[in-house]
Amino acid sequence: MMREIGIRDIDELYADVPEDLKLKRKLDLPSPLSEYEVERNVESLLNKNRTTYDLPTFLGAGCWPHYVPAVVENIIGRTEFLTSYTPYQPEISQGLLQLLFEYQSMICELTGMDVANSSLYDWASALGEAARMTQRLTGRQEILVPKIIHPDRLATLQSYIQPVNMHVRNIEFDRTTGQMSLEDLEAKISEKTAAVYVENPSYLGFTETNVKEMGRIAHEHDARFIVGVDPISLGVLEAPGEYGADIVIGEGQPLGNSMNFGGPLLGIFACRREPAFIRQMPGRIVGMTTVQNGTRRAYCMILQTREQHIRRHRATSNICSNETLCALSAAVYLALLGPNGLKELGNTIISKSNYAMKRLNEIEGVESPVFSSFHFKEFTVKFDEKRVRDVHRNLLRHNVLGGKDVSKEFPKLGEIALYCVTEIHSKENIDQLIDAVNHILTESS
Amino acid sequence: MGYRQSSWIEPCIFELGHRGRKGHDLPKAERSIIEEVGEVQVPNKIQRRSALELPEMSEVEAVRHFTRLSQMNYSVDLGLYPLGSCTMKYNPKINDKLATSSALTKLHPYQDEETVQGILEILYTLGRWLAEITGTFKVTLQPAAGAQGEFLGALIMRAYHTINGKQNSKTELIIPDSAHGTNPASATMAGFKVLVVPSDKNGSINVEALKTVASKRTAGLMLTNPNTLGFFEENIREIAEIIHEYNGLVYYDGANLNPILGKVRPGDMGFDIVHINIHKTFGTPHGGGGPGAGPIGVSEKLEKFLPVPRIEYDGKRYFLSSKKPHSVGKIRSFYGNVAVLVRAYSYLLSLGAEGLVEAAEVSTLNANYLLKKLAEIGVYEIPYGSERPRKHECVLSVKSLFRKRGIRALDISKRLLDEGIHAPTIYFPTIIDEALMIEPTESFEKEELDRFVEAMRRIAEEAEKNPEKIRTAPHNTSVGRLDEARASHPQTLVPSWRVFKSRI
Repeated sequence: MMREIGIRDIDELYADVPEDLKLKRKLDLPSPLSEYEVERNVESLLNKNRTTYDLPTFLGAGCWPHYVPAVVENIIGRTEFLTSYTPYQPEISQGLLQLLFEYQSMICELTGMDVANSSLYDWASALGEAARMTQRLTGRQEILVPKIIHPDRLATLQSYIQPVNMHVRNIEFDRTTGQMSLEDLEAKISEKTAAVYVENPSYLGFTETNVKEMGRIAHEHDARFIVGVDPISLGVLEAPGEYGADIVIGEGQPLGNSMNFGGPLLGIFACRREPAFIRQMPGRIVGMTTVQNGTRRAYCMILQTREQHIRRHRATSNICSNETLCALSAAVYLALLGPNGLKELGNTIISKSNYAMKRLNEIEGVESPVFSSFHFKEFTVKFDEKRVRDVHRNLLRHNVLGGKDVSKEFPKLGEIALYCVTEIHSKENIDQLIDAVNHILTESS
Repeated sequence: MGYRQSSWIEPCIFELGHRGRKGHDLPKAERSIIEEVGEVQVPNKIQRRSALELPEMSEVEAVRHFTRLSQMNYSVDLGLYPLGSCTMKYNPKINDKLATSSALTKLHPYQDEETVQGILEILYTLGRWLAEITGTFKVTLQPAAGAQGEFLGALIMRAYHTINGKQNSKTELIIPDSAHGTNPASATMAGFKVLVVPSDKNGSINVEALKTVASKRTAGLMLTNPNTLGFFEENIREIAEIIHEYNGLVYYDGANLNPILGKVRPGDMGFDIVHINIHKTFGTPHGGGGPGAGPIGVSEKLEKFLPVPRIEYDGKRYFLSSKKPHSVGKIRSFYGNVAVLVRAYSYLLSLGAEGLVEAAEVSTLNANYLLKKLAEIGVYEIPYGSERPRKHECVLSVKSLFRKRGIRALDISKRLLDEGIHAPTIYFPTIIDEALMIEPTESFEKEELDRFVEAMRRIAEEAEKNPEKIRTAPHNTSVGRLDEARASHPQTLVPSWRVFKSRI
């Protein structure tokens, strides 16, 4: 090949790189390894970790342990999907396009929306994108968000909206129920408000019951209503579209995606079928059409004039690579469960999490949950006499990973942790936790 | 070699299955739990009452449906995928195997640090290696994709100018006309005004024009090097100096890093912020459009602005640190697309320093070989001539075929599909009319490259004898050309099954 192009040394192809810029030494990296050696090396490091299989875990807070059916892993492991890229050439990419259309359609069914995109990075960045979309729609600069929100989500929102001088105002919560305060919402909403944002279930696991009223208040002030969801709850919780949501976002990781130490995740983004909304949506959207002679259905990316590769600096978002493969997992997962499976799963989770709360609450010096509201899969645990940090360090000695310590996030609520229980927690796991907590608290007192 | 793609008439999933069917059983609550808590009711006001019209199908029905769909999808493992600037190289299987190990998939990001020393070590080491490869001081692995890395880079520019008291005067980001669309989009997202600087007659950034555009309002410059025409920006040092003189920052778009790995480093060229597309350069699967990962590396003076938490090492243990008062904060949840990053770690272990240089050189050789062979066909124009060596990719123009035969870049790309070859990137960079942007990567043997050249030669001949066959291509794919106008027209738009049903 070098002869064909008339060179003797490969460096002739780098003749245009200024000599003094060239790296004159070898990169300081290890020497190449055989596949066997690579496997040993990576496995020995990974095996230093203790997984949530070794240690029953009660962690959630934005990344949750759920079972991933073998079929899901098998389908997304197919190299036809895994090693393809964005379906720029629809004729040769119908499989991926149809599957993404099916994903979008299932997200619409879950959320009660009409249009969903084919994924964003995660819930946090989806919130940032949703906020900016409402700013473009309303020309207003303020978003009202619940005071009870994941700090990562809030920080990400800030990063996304500060450049356009948008700002956040917090809405207070009721100290007994945790519910976002309608009075405070009424007091703070104004003609400056682009959007009202609420999460259901909330960051601390309880469900917001006054969501219909929140949507009404938002709309009375011509603000948009954004709802954030854990989609796995939507077999038992009402679709946000039914209570007035204009945009629904959320974290799709629970739908057939492993935790992977927190990434990749799956940003859900869906909205109503209003032309102005659709024009302002971020991200790729796949639509159904036909072949040119109309004889059969086919699928392709639609409304690409919103996107960066066409609209450049006037695009609705800069997103290009997204989380397609995670969206495929979600579609396969939802197809396997179906409506009945998702509902059963919701009820299973509710039973198990309520069992855990009940047993924890029976322990002296422990209150669970802190708020009197209904909780889905996550709930707060308060230690009256002990610091969460100390309890959790001791729990680890009992081979249990406690929930997330959120005491610093909500100092007024005391020593509290956010626990998560899903279908993968057996009664035995939960009892192991209860015994360990009992042991730790009695031992020290 | 012939090609016929599978063409199942596969119903939409909502048309499959049967009421009452289910494809998977998850664990249920134990009887003793139900006895203990009784029936717990969701509050009336938020209980789901609306219908939930998900598919109802058995496991085998689902498997067949999705497997059939997979057969109607072209991928790197099936053949040539020379999509310019996307670096569709081979994705080694060992990396997938390691990254799907339950020792990774079952790790929660908030586990006690003592229980995740292994993964923290992998991520910490990967960050150090990427800093060495890019010639930067410190790397963050947090961005989920290249475009998010760009956005983060632009936020760091803002933070830098803000701390210097210049947030109100540093309002402009300069971007060449040959840049990827994500650059101007990211700059706008970060609140900057975009100024476009033209390319010169050699396909490089026009330095004289840059001098007139740069000013005290310049916050920075975003640049891809080698650029999207495949040329190395020879004047890169002068370009960086022009921007630095105004105290602006120079940002490196890593989309085209592959051909210069171990040869020349962005940090040494004068770049202050560098992004890396893990899914391009380091061989992780593109996943049909993601997940990728877009780490960024920065120079020493910008380290303090990196997002939190940072992964650190005190000589004994690895830990996460969020105590960084100047940090720009967060752009996503947790630490990054870890499952992608672990594949990159494994990729780098396989290749090592020597392998990276070899990958770079072979990808460059392949692009130049293709350029030479395609030029010999005598039908495709070579903008900026064949003299100057390309790096990872080359760009052709089919302007004259369009003029003479009405054959467009789009038609050629469709006809290539009939050969079982994925089309190059088309109509990009936008400064070239009827462009075909071709990036072979190092992953194709000479025979494969020759097959591509032969296909392009056949298409050139066919343009003379039977241009209609090209204009109506593809013929061998699952479906022929689509009615894309109908797909995006407000009256016929079908973005979901729900909307489809409402239209009948």
